[in-house]
Amino acid sequence: MNPTIASASVIAAALAIGLAAIGPGIGQGNAAGQAVEGIARQPEAEGKIRGTLLLSLAFMEALTIYGLVVALVLLFANPFA
Amino acid sequence: MLNTLHFFNASLLAKLEVGEHYYWKIGGLNIHGQVFITSWFVAAALIGVAFLATRKVERVPSGLQNLMEYALDFIRDLAKDQIGEKEYRPWVPFVGTLFLFIFVSNWAGALVPWKLFHIPSGELTAPTNDINTTVALALLTSLAYFYAGFRKRGLGYFKRYIEPTPILLPINILEDFTKPLSLSFRLFGNILADELAVGVLVLLVPLFIPLPLMVLGLFTSAIQALIFATLAAAYIGEAMEGH
Repeated sequence: MNPTIASASVIAAALAIGLAAIGPGIGQGNAAGQAVEGIARQPEAEGKIRGTLLLSLAFMEALTIYGLVVALVLLFANPFA
Repeated sequence: MLNTLHFFNASLLAKLEVGEHYYWKIGGLNIHGQVFITSWFVAAALIGVAFLATRKVERVPSGLQNLMEYALDFIRDLAKDQIGEKEYRPWVPFVGTLFLFIFVSNWAGALVPWKLFHIPSGELTAPTNDINTTVALALLTSLAYFYAGFRKRGLGYFKRYIEPTPILLPINILEDFTKPLSLSFRLFGNILADELAVGVLVLLVPLFIPLPLMVLGLFTSAIQALIFATLAAAYIGEAMEGH
């Protein structure tokens, strides 16, 4: 592999996963905060809130995972290598 | 240079390979043998348990039958929630197969000591660790919701593309491509990320420290199976309902 492409790929992979973690991090924080508030207001709805929260957290996590997939493609299956 | 990552420690506990496969040549095709072996194992395990649980069906379930009835109840509720009371019944087998296959695959990858079996190259892991498996499952889901829509609404199904306004036509068409894409990438990425994280941690500290991460991995992989099945059911339900 050309060293320029290799170094560019490594930096790009780091940027991909790092930037992809920001948005979902904020989103998950918001969702978890709201869920805690919901449970505090209405403790009897805890089970339902928890289920919905976990499901939506997984959806947000998927966005980071897309970044991770791009990073892994750059590292292990680089189309330009 | 970056083609494979080999992590060795003294006891060969942590060996991690990405992009290295055990190829079988069938016809002119290279297929990933390790994925086939593990998915056959998963399928055999599921069929075996289902067979054993239904041999002596009793009115008051116990043991294995109890477990399988619980699983069936769970899947039926999932399908009912997403597809609706009236239409859900024919789709329970499909949604259930997706859920059980993905769930057992993910857990088999983490719980079965595959490292004890040696294959010439690559390694045995969860079948869902390979993008081909997840893409196949996602495309099956696409076919399923197209079929559901056509069957329920005939050619009127295509009206969905120009609703609510014809301006949204490109986005509606794009959605048919992004659905399987996001389904497959979500599952593949989660499982691969989990195994990579566990592998790296085992490389650093081989004993005890990776355990919490492994438990977290079991949890997330179960959630991923649930999400895949829920989304598949939601897409099917969405295709069937008239707007």
